[in-house]
Amino acid sequence: MSQYLLSTWSVEDEAPGEPPSPEQMQAFMQRVIDLEAEMDATGTFLFGGGLHGLDAATVVQATDDEALVTDGPFAESKENIAGFYVIEADDLDDALAWANKVSAAIRRPIEVRPFRATGRVKDQMPG
Amino acid sequence: MPADPDQTLIERVFREAYGQAVATLVRVFGDITLAEDAVQDAFVVATERWAGDEIPRNPAGWIVTTARNRAIDTARREARGRELYEELVATTTPNTAPEEALEEETVNDDQLRLIFTCCHPALRTEHQVALTLRLLGGLGVDEIARSFLVSEAAMAKRLVRAKYKIKAAKIPYSVPADADLPERLRSVLSVVYLIYNTGADDPDRASLRADAIRLARALAGLMPDEPEAVGLLALMLLSESRAAARTVDGSPVLLADQDRSRWDVELIQEGHQLVRRCIRRGRPGPYQLQAAIQAVHGAADTFEDTDWDQIVTIYDQLSVFLPTAVVVLNRAIAIGEREGPRAALEALDEVATDLDTYHLLHAARGTMLRRLGRYDEAKAAFERANRLASTDIAQASISTQIDELIAFGAR
Repeated sequence: MSQYLLSTWSVEDEAPGEPPSPEQMQAFMQRVIDLEAEMDATGTFLFGGGLHGLDAATVVQATDDEALVTDGPFAESKENIAGFYVIEADDLDDALAWANKVSAAIRRPIEVRPFRATGRVKDQMPG
Repeated sequence: MPADPDQTLIERVFREAYGQAVATLVRVFGDITLAEDAVQDAFVVATERWAGDEIPRNPAGWIVTTARNRAIDTARREARGRELYEELVATTTPNTAPEEALEEETVNDDQLRLIFTCCHPALRTEHQVALTLRLLGGLGVDEIARSFLVSEAAMAKRLVRAKYKIKAAKIPYSVPADADLPERLRSVLSVVYLIYNTGADDPDRASLRADAIRLARALAGLMPDEPEAVGLLALMLLSESRAAARTVDGSPVLLADQDRSRWDVELIQEGHQLVRRCIRRGRPGPYQLQAAIQAVHGAADTFEDTDWDQIVTIYDQLSVFLPTAVVVLNRAIAIGEREGPRAALEALDEVATDLDTYHLLHAARGTMLRRLGRYDEAKAAFERANRLASTDIAQASISTQIDELIAFGAR
């Protein structure tokens, strides 16, 4: 088994469309709830969540004598990660099939990226 | 060119055996780079053994057995290879004769799996092409680099990156499930056809055509029940049958003007047979239909004898599978032969906007206008085509048309 990050992106300054109606919102939630139930039933779901926007981001860098704190995200990029799942899958085809289901549920493209390693580093040391 | 004929023979055998041996060893080792290294090692041994001796009847089997045994030796020596060693021993029957080590069916399955790995849609097209030529075609990195006009170092890097993604993302080494097969097969066939067309566009890269045909033959043999795989092979063979007539002294010759006695009759016959075989299955697709069009051309003794009615009908079917402007353009040209230039110009108008920057649209318009005696407009159309054409060969052919029109008094 391998672990993959399935992430979706939002684009800053993207013209906001019509806000969803309560019915649309309800349907959206139901699609996601059903999908996550399917992930749970197959042992696929490891973790997931949606993130606040970039305005809520803070960067910290350790220096010799103090924690340097700055407002804002790392990168000056329009695209930023909006939410993600961490899943367990047999191989890339399996992960892509799940990504397709997520994309169908939230109607957004999904980036699939394999983890090089997961968990605590001490557990990944040989021996 | 190597002077020693034995050496040339061995090189050819290596190329043929490479794909089979790598495919099987990828299954055994579960790793492409390990498999490639092992095959290289075995080739070194083979070059020494085979030089003064007989080449074994099943070279790929010999290579696989030798590569596997050497990998076991290496793994035994290295502590970190212990796990691999145990796996290898478990999958190897001791003292297996090389000839028996590779059942034909297993070899075929292995190759099919590797083809689908190399052409996985998660890999970008240029990586799919490079992997396919290297791992299945057995071409050297230097040869692939030359064919795609990049340095050997750049091509080596490309292959390393592609193999890295296969391993890191765990692209499966398997034939896709039935539900995914049609789409995944399309991806494989388009890679092979792209290799062929790269060789067709440029005489310096003509060897790619032979490589593509070799791959298509293997595919058609591995998937005899997939009519599109057979259709692609037929399409390439029929196109190849005209290769000798397509240029005279390096200048391109249009289909209408080709010396048909220079067409390769054997390739045409084989192509026709394949077209009949796949069309009979009643599951038409774009490659089969394009092959069928080529087959109609191949059946005509002269350009005038061509069954244009049939060609237009097949283009109608093709446009269902490939609803592209280029198909409309080619259909319009066939209509021009069936009904005359006026009908063709009307059909070309349909795609005039979509293909405004495509030189062949303007060349086709020029041809039809010239037939109507509208020389000034024809010349303007060819001049437009000439500005848009990207290859010297295309420009040379268009310039000839312009010169002829000037001779006819076009302004």
